[in-house]
Amino acid sequence: MRTRIPLLVCLVSGIIMFAQYFSSHPIAKTVYNGILEWWQIIFAFTMFVGVAAFIRNSLKNMRRKGEAPYRVAALVGLTLMPLLALIGGTKFGSPFLWAFDNMIAPMQSTVFSLLAFFVVSASFRGFRARTIPATILLLTALIVLIGRIPIAELISESFPKLTFWIQSYPSMAARRAILIGIGLGSMTTALRVILGIERTYLRGE
Amino acid sequence: MDIGVLTAGILTLAIYSFLYKDNPVYKMAESWLIGLSIGYALVIFWQTTIIDILIVPLFKDGRVVLVIPFALGLLMFSRFSRGSSWLSRIPIAFMIGAGAGVAIPAMLYARTLKQMSASVMPLITENGGFNIEALVVAVGLLSTLAYFYFSREHKGPIGKTAKLGTYFLMIFFGATFGYTVMSRMSTFVGRVDFLLTDFLHVIR
Repeated sequence: MRTRIPLLVCLVSGIIMFAQYFSSHPIAKTVYNGILEWWQIIFAFTMFVGVAAFIRNSLKNMRRKGEAPYRVAALVGLTLMPLLALIGGTKFGSPFLWAFDNMIAPMQSTVFSLLAFFVVSASFRGFRARTIPATILLLTALIVLIGRIPIAELISESFPKLTFWIQSYPSMAARRAILIGIGLGSMTTALRVILGIERTYLRGE
Repeated sequence: MDIGVLTAGILTLAIYSFLYKDNPVYKMAESWLIGLSIGYALVIFWQTTIIDILIVPLFKDGRVVLVIPFALGLLMFSRFSRGSSWLSRIPIAFMIGAGAGVAIPAMLYARTLKQMSASVMPLITENGGFNIEALVVAVGLLSTLAYFYFSREHKGPIGKTAKLGTYFLMIFFGATFGYTVMSRMSTFVGRVDFLLTDFLHVIR
């Protein structure tokens, strides 16, 4: 029962969502939209389960040496946002949006930009033109790097054009082949999941 | 100075302190960001999904059928109970099954057929010229697909085509790398501009 019920639910929901694609009847559209709504609701609950697990783990790990201040900071931050939303709402000019604009957004973009340093330093250590494929990779990366900055036009007018050509044709060809592979792989996996052959999602309670 | 700019500036510097080395100021800012982001997501999910899609239609509009996803959602919490944690498999199975059902036609259309049709371009143009780009795309696509074809050993013509495919893959990886680094760099320029202009007033 512990395995059969989930497998049956997976099979039924999968077949319904697959079959609706072949029908333009209003009932099919209603069923499709209804299941999408259900999906969103359950997804929100999975988010809440994740938050609960995060709080539980933070409280548990607080006993570890030197961890307590960071765990407290995370928990305070987690509590602060719902509190701000509760007090001032989430409309324009509210404390909730102030916290997003002046704390979350700047920190997120800073962390994002921080990765530039690590990517560059890792590639500086890792990139070596020892083989033909490695040399092609290195040269393409250099051309695209230089081609996407304003100084490229000063070096040569054809630099940005070459960058555009590389990205639009040879790079795009390989990208499309990868996407076709992903598409075929995803379809196969989806079919295996619906038919109950792929059951890895049933592990780990 | 505006309190918002001051807060954003201090937090930006706290994150950048990691460039020196891993330190408590960075760790504190990182934990703060994690907590705030989860709190933000919590509020957004609560408002846009639980209130707008579940509570209002269920209790105000009387859409009783929404009791089912509500119950399925609550079953997710059974993960915290050892004896009944298997019940959480039911909503997970529903989500995965529905997602897989949608994925089959969507993947067939967007990732396979659309990509194939976009790659088929005329080799001879309207004015009789040769379209080199069309040839590059066709050769690149077929050779890269040959590289991912594992049902036969990469020897002879297939081996040579697959090797050509690796060159196209390297071009793709190199171009993607360059593009990614430049996008991160532009974000970095934006942050430095904020620090020097709005926060420190070095640039006016």
